[in-house]
Amino acid sequence: MIGLYYEDHQVGRTTTIGAREFTREAIIAFARAYDPQPFHLDDAAGAASLFGSLCASGWHTASVCMRLVVDFREAQRAAAAARGEPLPTRGVGLGVRDLRWISPVRPGDVVTYSVRVESMRETKRPQWGVIGFQATGVDQSGREVLSYFSHGLFARRGH
Amino acid sequence: MDRLYFEDFAPGEIVEYGDTPVTAEAIVEFAREFDPQPFHLDAEAARESVVGGLIASGWHTAAMLMRMNCDGFLNRSASQGGPGVEELVWLKPVRPGDRLRARRTTLSARASRSRPNVGLVEFLFEVLNQNAEIVMTQKNVAFILRRAAGEAAP
Repeated sequence: MIGLYYEDHQVGRTTTIGAREFTREAIIAFARAYDPQPFHLDDAAGAASLFGSLCASGWHTASVCMRLVVDFREAQRAAAAARGEPLPTRGVGLGVRDLRWISPVRPGDVVTYSVRVESMRETKRPQWGVIGFQATGVDQSGREVLSYFSHGLFARRGH
Repeated sequence: MDRLYFEDFAPGEIVEYGDTPVTAEAIVEFAREFDPQPFHLDAEAARESVVGGLIASGWHTAAMLMRMNCDGFLNRSASQGGPGVEELVWLKPVRPGDRLRARRTTLSARASRSRPNVGLVEFLFEVLNQNAEIVMTQKNVAFILRRAAGEAAP
């Protein structure tokens, strides 16, 4: 489960955070801005590449995961605010390990993302804990397309 | 300029390239689409946050490095993408007005066992700002065609 505060998390819990269709337009728009390699821009170049067709930049599939995590968390914050509960200070990400682009994401693919709490540790600063998440993206046929481990700061309750 | 193949990447080589001005508009544009948290969206809200002012999403910094890599060498190479990234570390905030450049160190190069026409080159990328501070590091392998394979292609 993704929660708002450090203490709201539990190692081993998995949350499905959402799904996104990768349209040809979105794939090409991302590539034009950030990753203009021929196999992310053009059908013929994609067909001639190791991927065998046009496919999304791996940074695009990872960035969409971030977007869905933020949407999920912001909805939780809004719900907590509506209940009159205090809201934690937002923490920042520290880094990513083992980011794997397992199979290509092609136009029309729908990727469903989930995150599992992998690790939790306190820090020297009492107001922050570090949580590690394993993120996974699976396409409409059940094939894993993306996975990574990320860790970031979460505010602790009562500080 | 000649196309770069696997054989052109020598372990130990260090190259610098890129000059990406970071604007508030670019930070907000990326964040609106991929990381809409207040410290990436709104200077006012960001001032009150832990980071003390507008900063770029870490994924935006990674995307800016990707763009510098494309413009700096990948798009004149026989690169065929890569399997992923071993490690990505965000060391310092990237703020409006920063200018980013990339430093690439070739760590190792070896032939693919399964695909004889492809080589695997392992790189360390460091993203530096205008004060020569390292804001992000990234270690990853790229698949790059071997010269014989590339020259045989139509």
